[in-house]
Amino acid sequence: MFKKLAASVVAAVMLSTSAFAAGEATGHVENVDFSFDGPFGSYDQNQLQRGLQIYTEICAACHGLKFVPLRTLGDEGGPALPEDQVRAYAEFYEVFDAELDDFRTATPSDHFPASALENAPDLSLMAKARAGFHGPYGLGINQLMNGIGGPEYITALLTGYTGEEKEEAGSVLYENTIFPGGWIAMAPPLYGDDLEFADGHATDLHHLSEDVSAFLMWTAEPKLVARKQAGFVGVLFLTVLSVLLYLTNKRIWAPVKSRYKK
Amino acid sequence: MGGIPHDHYEPKAAWEKGLAKRLPIVGLLYDTLMIPTPKNLNWMWIWGIVLTFCLALQIITGIVLVMHYTPHVDYAFSSVEHIMRNVNGGAMLRYIHMNGASLFFVAVYAHIFRGLYYGSYKAPREITWVIGMLIYLLMMGTAFMGYVLPWGQMSFWGATVITGLFGAIPFIGESLQAWLLGGPAVDNATLNRFFSLHYLLPFVIAGLVIVHIWAFHTTGNNNPTGVEVRRGSKEEAEKDTLPFWPYFVIKDLFALAVILVVFFAVVGFMPNFLGHPDNYIEANALATPAHIVPEWYFLPFYAILRAFTDEVWVVQLAGFLTGGIVDAKFFGVMAMFGAIVVLALSPWLDTSSVRSARYRPMLKWWFWLLVVDFFVLMWVGAMPAEEPFNTISLIASAYWFAYFLVILPLLGVIEKPEAQPATIEEDFAAHYGGDDAGAAPSTQPAE
Repeated sequence: MFKKLAASVVAAVMLSTSAFAAGEATGHVENVDFSFDGPFGSYDQNQLQRGLQIYTEICAACHGLKFVPLRTLGDEGGPALPEDQVRAYAEFYEVFDAELDDFRTATPSDHFPASALENAPDLSLMAKARAGFHGPYGLGINQLMNGIGGPEYITALLTGYTGEEKEEAGSVLYENTIFPGGWIAMAPPLYGDDLEFADGHATDLHHLSEDVSAFLMWTAEPKLVARKQAGFVGVLFLTVLSVLLYLTNKRIWAPVKSRYKK
Repeated sequence: MGGIPHDHYEPKAAWEKGLAKRLPIVGLLYDTLMIPTPKNLNWMWIWGIVLTFCLALQIITGIVLVMHYTPHVDYAFSSVEHIMRNVNGGAMLRYIHMNGASLFFVAVYAHIFRGLYYGSYKAPREITWVIGMLIYLLMMGTAFMGYVLPWGQMSFWGATVITGLFGAIPFIGESLQAWLLGGPAVDNATLNRFFSLHYLLPFVIAGLVIVHIWAFHTTGNNNPTGVEVRRGSKEEAEKDTLPFWPYFVIKDLFALAVILVVFFAVVGFMPNFLGHPDNYIEANALATPAHIVPEWYFLPFYAILRAFTDEVWVVQLAGFLTGGIVDAKFFGVMAMFGAIVVLALSPWLDTSSVRSARYRPMLKWWFWLLVVDFFVLMWVGAMPAEEPFNTISLIASAYWFAYFLVILPLLGVIEKPEAQPATIEEDFAAHYGGDDAGAAPSTQPAE
């Protein structure tokens, strides 16, 4: 009888949480098959490097990544840039040094700079601060296979411009089918063929959007691969422990129960 | 301990005798671990161990997290990101602590509803029940304050809304709210005191848990039949019970391991499932989120809080009778706390002499309706305050109170309980002995 209760507790928890898992997006966010989806997913190093390039050449003009240390670009499971490249990349940036009371060239131990524009939000955690979908039936369990849809939301936003624009209180707003309210202050940042990759990878709008979304998922959750591994080891170990404890329990209780058997 | 006769620890070696004379700690541990436990306990009696585990897990992970966290409005959010990025194992540690709170509440709700179904709150276990309710209240306070610490948008706005409840109290409300916050609004002073209390309260809970265990070790466990263990002699008691170690320790550990498989799958593969995306945006006093929603475990009571609007006649009547002192907001606050008070008063509201709902044909139905009601409240608590959710939450809130204030007292009078087994042993034998091995002969339906 109480198995029913336990089951319904779980079901209701799922039902209620996902019901409020911020469904901010107005339009429909399509699932993208990212390499990091699912319990065994991991980041595609080449995709993250492409995303880093898009971020650097386009997004970084206005947006920042203030929570992300530059040295983590060399992390295993992330973009995994070689050490000298990380150092060279850091030199792109100028950071303010409180001790010098002046700006200096960044080193790998510094963070990415914060947003250059006041109304451009920091992108470090954007892929976790937006939920693209919470199915099936609002239960949110498809997170297990597809994630919360943060990177999908970013992809959909970047490809969701209709081309319409309007002026309001002195600033131009651009129509976007995904952004809440339908009008966004950010001009379309990507059109396709905005840059070239050294390896000649496709640069159409969809590919660029997905690559930069994947990169932003990594900035938001750099330890994703280690976490999934720890989760898997934990599940495996605890399953074995459960079986052993089940057998022990059965053995201990057997004489007590058999006393009453006919 | 307790009224159930059983073997006690006998010090044998000289040093054991010496120690027992000076500090009888071995005897205390022995009596606690070997306590006679009804042998018919089912799988709903495992939540106590799960809860103890959760408390230990939260305290241990919490102490390590504190080593890397900074309770200041300028640094709190980035220090959490520091834990997630730079601290060895920090991401796992934080996700375990975060989801550990949810496991804690899943377990406590299962534990409470177990108590409601099997009448565990009834004499002589009222004190165990009331202490349990105190623990539950402290858990809610601790969880709420812990949720403020990462200083995300939901942390900040959740704190603003919930402390605003105290502002609804007539006359003293505003000063009380300012006193709680340490200022006119949620700010650094609030964050600091919440941090301090979030660290303190778990140890208060741990103290109360010891009293909780002490109390039910004195009365003995309830069990699915609600029939008491025979206490005439040690031999008689042994027919109804088994020592806690190893029979129930191993059984509970098995259940705990199974639950932890699910827990680890959530932490490893979908750690933000129970969280809110807005909390990955740093707190901003100038930008209110579109929907401010509390964590899932507060939703049923949040729904009761919001159910009583100006349009409800009871609220209008209360306002009229008190000359406007009781407004809708204050009424909602009273209803929310009242919902927990009636729960705590169950031992005195339930008039039936039969403990277990297994033998109470009418209560059974009302109980399951209460469980459904709880989930309905949880669901509407997450919905925006508009129709049809307002009406649903009002009906669901009304049933919550009706169950405790009307149904529990009334059923004791009008319900005809079914026959209970004479002893726990009889119940156990009927369960494991097959059709005809039970001590009581089962009646065959006439052809």
